[in-house]
Amino acid sequence: MGDLITILITVVFVKNFVLAQFLGLCPFIGVSKKTDTALGMGMAVVFVMVLASIVCWLVHLFLLAPSESNLVYQIARLFGSTAPVTSFNYVLVLRTISYIIVIAVLVQFVEMFIKKSSPPLYDALGIYLPLITTNCALLGVVVLNSQDFFLNSGEGAPVALSLPKAIVQGFGGGAGFMLAMLLMSGIRERLESAQIPESLKGVPSAFVCTSCMALAFGGFSGIV
Amino acid sequence: MQRGFFGQVVNGIWKENPTFVLVVGLCPTLACTTTLQNGIGMALAASFVLIFSNLLISLLRKATPSEVRMPIFIAVIATFTTVIDNFLAGYFRDLHVALSIFIPLIVVNCIIMARAEMFASKNPPLLSIADGIGIGLGFLLALTIISSIREVTGACKLWNLQLFDLKANEHIFKPILFMSLPPGAFLLIASLLGVFQWGRIRKARKKTVCLACEKEAFVQALYEEKMAIAKEKRAKETAGGEGE
Repeated sequence: MGDLITILITVVFVKNFVLAQFLGLCPFIGVSKKTDTALGMGMAVVFVMVLASIVCWLVHLFLLAPSESNLVYQIARLFGSTAPVTSFNYVLVLRTISYIIVIAVLVQFVEMFIKKSSPPLYDALGIYLPLITTNCALLGVVVLNSQDFFLNSGEGAPVALSLPKAIVQGFGGGAGFMLAMLLMSGIRERLESAQIPESLKGVPSAFVCTSCMALAFGGFSGIV
Repeated sequence: MQRGFFGQVVNGIWKENPTFVLVVGLCPTLACTTTLQNGIGMALAASFVLIFSNLLISLLRKATPSEVRMPIFIAVIATFTTVIDNFLAGYFRDLHVALSIFIPLIVVNCIIMARAEMFASKNPPLLSIADGIGIGLGFLLALTIISSIREVTGACKLWNLQLFDLKANEHIFKPILFMSLPPGAFLLIASLLGVFQWGRIRKARKKTVCLACEKEAFVQALYEEKMAIAKEKRAKETAGGEGE
């Protein structure tokens, strides 16, 4: 439990996806002009990130990892293969491509499902969902999950409690993204009426504010 | 507008520079520029993926149904990203460790998706390669500028070499840690974008001045033309008068 809370605080404040790890900057700058859109985008990201963390964890465990639970290895054994588990290492090469396909399919399914089952939610999140497929924060969190909870443990077997940890990392990543988006949109709404030099208007002034926010979030670096 | 091979390359470096003009693909631009080595490594890896995915997408452009073009683009880009990922893991271990998650993230780099969508899916292969080379060089230029500024100011090093003796010159220059941390990266990109925007505004102003000059010249020409016609008319009239 303590581990999970540590991961949550780390990923929301200390290593905030946008402000400390530079993930998802394009939507952060592009969709943060108004608080409403920032909230919608943030919620959609949290939702899809949690789902993607779960699904990609399953994909890694059952298709990619060179361990006993690998389905390819089990099927090969069923047909009388005697190759050791470690010889299934090469499947890991497909990590990037399988993750991005899983994410693209997942986002499409979520869109269809929400459209059918809950129209109000679709009205709130619908337009942001297609944008999320190419959000680097989303692919970033699943790659981080696979690095932290599978690859770094050595043999390719998952570390203890890795599914809850992956979910918490996904949720925290999304929540941190949403927090940064909301703060930024508040600042940018005020910035509209401020007098800025002409050459700093728009994106440059947004980055100056981001720099100040990143400096502020840097203050959290000692707490975990 | 149709450009040649070379024109397309130059266009990518300057007129449509991915970082400073189009402002896309900012995640690796900021994350992988703490040192010059990382910056150049990232730019070359992304350029490789960009050039080859542009080529393949351009070759496939007539066979791609437009409803499913996004998944096809993603699959093509992911393939080349996997190639470069494993190449770097095999031959450049240090770089692979330093760039870590940003190599798989080339898949979702906005630059590559945008060029596939905007250019490669509509143009012939040779031009698409030119576009890939140009945009790649533009990205390389941007990352070289940003990463060398950050490395020199942040650690007083360039290409991992100490520029001068830090202890002896302590009273002149101290490394600014701020520049190698995230806030410094954000501030640097803000100021660089500001400089480019300033340049564009100045150029636009100059252009309006020139437009004014052109207008003046145009009015002058019109006036001269009218004068000539009037002269002719008068000449004719006088000639006619004489005839009568």
